Amino acid sequence: MPDLSTFADTAVSPAELRGFLHGLPPVDQVGAEERAARLATRSIKKSAKAYAIDLAISMVDLTTLEGADTPGKVRALCAKAAHPDPADASAPKVAAVCVYSDLVGEAVRALDGTGIGVASVATAFPSGRAPLDAKLADTRRAIDDGASEIDMVIDRGAFLAGDHRKVFDEIVAIKAECGDAHLKVILETGELATYDNVRRASWLAMLAGADFIKTSTGKVSPAATLPVTLIMLEAVRDFRAATGRQVGVKPAGGIRTTKDAVKYLVLVNETAGPDWLTPDWFRLGASSLLNDLLMQRHKLTTGVYGGPDYFTLD
Amino acid sequence: MSFEYAPAPESRDIVDLKPSYGLYVDGEFVEAKNTFKTINPATEETLAEVAEAGADDVDRAVAAARRAYDTVWGPMPGAERAKYLFRIARLIQERSRELAVLESIDNGKPIRESRDVDLPLVAAHFFYYAGWADKLPYAGFGPDPRPLGVAGQVIPWNFPLLMLAWKIAPALACGNTVVLKPAETTPLTALAFAEICAQAELPPGVVNILTGAGETGRALVEHPGVDKVAFTGSTEVGRQIARSVAGTGKRLTLELGGKAANIVFDDAPLDQAVEGIVNGIFFNQGHVCCAGSRLLAQESVADELLDRLKARMATLRVGDPLDKNTDVGAINSAAQLAKIRELSDSGEVEGATRWSPACELPERGFWFAPTVFTGVAASHRIAREEIFGPVLSVLTFRTPAEAVEKANNTPYGLSAGIWTDKGSRILWAAERLRAGVVWANTFNKFDPASPFGGYKESGFGREGGRHGLEAYLR
Repeated sequence: MPDLSTFADTAVSPAELRGFLHGLPPVDQVGAEERAARLATRSIKKSAKAYAIDLAISMVDLTTLEGADTPGKVRALCAKAAHPDPADASAPKVAAVCVYSDLVGEAVRALDGTGIGVASVATAFPSGRAPLDAKLADTRRAIDDGASEIDMVIDRGAFLAGDHRKVFDEIVAIKAECGDAHLKVILETGELATYDNVRRASWLAMLAGADFIKTSTGKVSPAATLPVTLIMLEAVRDFRAATGRQVGVKPAGGIRTTKDAVKYLVLVNETAGPDWLTPDWFRLGASSLLNDLLMQRHKLTTGVYGGPDYFTLD
Repeated sequence: MSFEYAPAPESRDIVDLKPSYGLYVDGEFVEAKNTFKTINPATEETLAEVAEAGADDVDRAVAAARRAYDTVWGPMPGAERAKYLFRIARLIQERSRELAVLESIDNGKPIRESRDVDLPLVAAHFFYYAGWADKLPYAGFGPDPRPLGVAGQVIPWNFPLLMLAWKIAPALACGNTVVLKPAETTPLTALAFAEICAQAELPPGVVNILTGAGETGRALVEHPGVDKVAFTGSTEVGRQIARSVAGTGKRLTLELGGKAANIVFDDAPLDQAVEGIVNGIFFNQGHVCCAGSRLLAQESVADELLDRLKARMATLRVGDPLDKNTDVGAINSAAQLAKIRELSDSGEVEGATRWSPACELPERGFWFAPTVFTGVAASHRIAREEIFGPVLSVLTFRTPAEAVEKANNTPYGLSAGIWTDKGSRILWAAERLRAGVVWANTFNKFDPASPFGGYKESGFGREGGRHGLEAYLR
C-alpha cells in the first residue's frame, strides 16, 4: 500500500496523485467477475432471508429522479418511505428518500419527525457537465433546504482525461459545502468502464473526503453490478485498514428484486465484513426494489404471496 | 444480530441408496465373494456394502470387455459409437443432481463443487469425446487410427466421477472397451454410472466396473488380457504399476502426484490472486493432484498478500458437505486425515509457522481446518512432499528467475500458476516452468478440450483434448 500521509493536506501534486492511484493493485476482470458470481450462489433461506429482507428495506434510498417529478410525487414517495407496508407496521422504514435538489424542501417537510434522511443529487446530476460554480450552487441550495445527504457525481470526463486532480478538488470543494451532511460520491462506473478505473476512482473519492462511494446515477447502463460493487467494497475495506476511516458503499440502479438485494448483502458480508451491514455504511439506491422486498417479506411471514395490487405504487 | 446463514442443505432424498452393490460385468450386476463398506466421511455412517472383485472377477470382466471389443464396439462405426456417448452425456445431465449428492456423501466434497464443477465437467467430457468418435481420421494420428483393445483403468477418490469420465470417454470414443476400478472409498458414483450405461443400452461388456481395493487394482493392471493401462493416483502406486507393466507390451499412461507452485509477482492483481490461492489449495479440501500447494510470493508483497489471504481464509465455511453454503467439506478418509496431520505436524517440528482461522469442526467425521504455513524453507517436508489436504506452504522469492527456479525445484511437474499483470512475464515464465499445465491469473480451471498431464514424477501421457485421444489409439 502506498504512503497515505501525503494526502493529509490537499497540496498533493497531480503526479503524486496519479502515482498513488496507479500504484494500487490491479484488478483481474475474469477473477473479479468469477468471485462475484460465486458469492451470488450462496443460498440464503429462512431466518437468514428474513434478516436480509428487513436489513435491505432499512438500507433502501427510495429514489425518484425524473424530469416529471412533482411535489405530489415526492410527498407520496415520502409517505411510502415512512410506512412501506401499510398493512404491516412491523416492516422497517427505509434509510432515506433521494430526490433532485429543487424538491428537497418538499421532502424535508414530508419526512419531518420520521428520522428518515433526505438525500439530494447535486453537481449537475447526472452528467456532471457544468461549471464548478453551478455545482456548488446546486449543492448549497439542497443543504439550505435541509438535505441530510448529498449524492454528487464526479467529473468522469476529467477522470478519463487523466486529470485526477480536478476530480479530487471538486469533491473537496463540494464536501466543504456539505457541512454536517453526508457526502456520497457517485463514480458512474458504467462510464469508467474498467475495474481498474473503479478501484482508482473509489480511492480518489475516499482520499478527497467522501463519506460514501456510490456506483451509478441510474441514468447510464450498466448501472450497479455485483463485480463493480465487489471492487468498491474491497476499496473501502482496504481504505479503513490503511487510514482507520470507514467509508460506506451504495450500489444504485438496476437492483429490482429481493434476490438481487440479498446477493449484495452477501457480497458485503463476505468482502468488507459485518461492520458494513447497517444503513450507516451500506445503502441500496432503488425504487421498484422496495415493493419486491415487501412482497417477499409478506410471503415469509404469512406463507402466501400477496398480489402486486396489495402493495402500494407511489 | 448478525448475518448468519441458516442451514441450506441439499436434499438427500434424490439418491436411492441400495444396501449393497455388486460388480458391473458384461452388462449385469453380479455378486462377489467378498464385500466391503463405503462410508460418508462427514458422518462416518455406512452408506452401502460394495462387492470386492477378486482375480476371477477380473478375469470375467476382461473377457467380457474383449468379447465386446471383438464383436460389437471395435467394429462399430465411429458415428454409431458417438450416439451412445451423447446418450450417456445427456443421461448424466438429467441425473446430475442425484449424482452430485451421491458424490458429496461418498467423497465428502461440498455440494457446491460437485454441483457446479464436477458434474458439469463430467457431462462436458462425454459430449466432447462423443464429438471426436467419428472424426478420428482427422485427429492427426494418421488416416486410419485403430483402437487398442481392452483398457484397464484405475482411478482415485478425489474426483470419482470426473476421473471416470476422463478415463472412459476417450477410451470409448476411440473404440476401446474398458474395465474400470473406482477407488475403495468412493465407489458409488461409478456404480451409478454403470446404471447409466445400462439405461443408455450400451452393449454388454463395453464398460465393466469392478469395485475393490489395491489388490483388485493390481489384478486388473497385471491381467494379460489388458492392452492398455491408465492410472490416476499416487506416485508410489504409479511406480509399482510401471514396473509391472514394463516389458508386457501394454500401453501405459500415469497421472500422479504434484506439488504445484502458485507464483505471485508484486504487480499481481492481489485480490484475485488471493481467490486463486484459496481455489488452488482449499478447492476439494486440497485433495487435488494439481493443487497449488506451494505459494511462492514475491518478498515485496508477501506480507500484504498473506494478510489478505488470512482474512479471506477466515470467511471459508467448513462443514456439512450437503449444505449449499459450505466451501470446504470433509477429508475423504481416516487414513488421509492421519497423513495430513502427520505432515502438518512435521511442518511445525521443522520450524515453519502454522496458522488456521478460528473454525468449529464437526465432532464426527474426518475434518481438517484450512491451514497455512509461513516461514517454510525449501528443505522442509511440507515444501517437498504432497500433502493432498487443505494445507498451504508459503515461500518467498526475490526475482522472477528465482521464482521459476524454486517452482521447478521439485520431483513433480503437474501444474503451476502465475499471477502478474504483465503479459510478457506470463509468457516468459510459462516457457520455463516444467509443468504440464500452467495457469495464468487463475488456477484449477479444467476443460475437456484442454490436455492435462505431468512432467517427471507427476507421470506421463495427456488426458483431455485432442491429445487425450493418442493414449487410446494406435
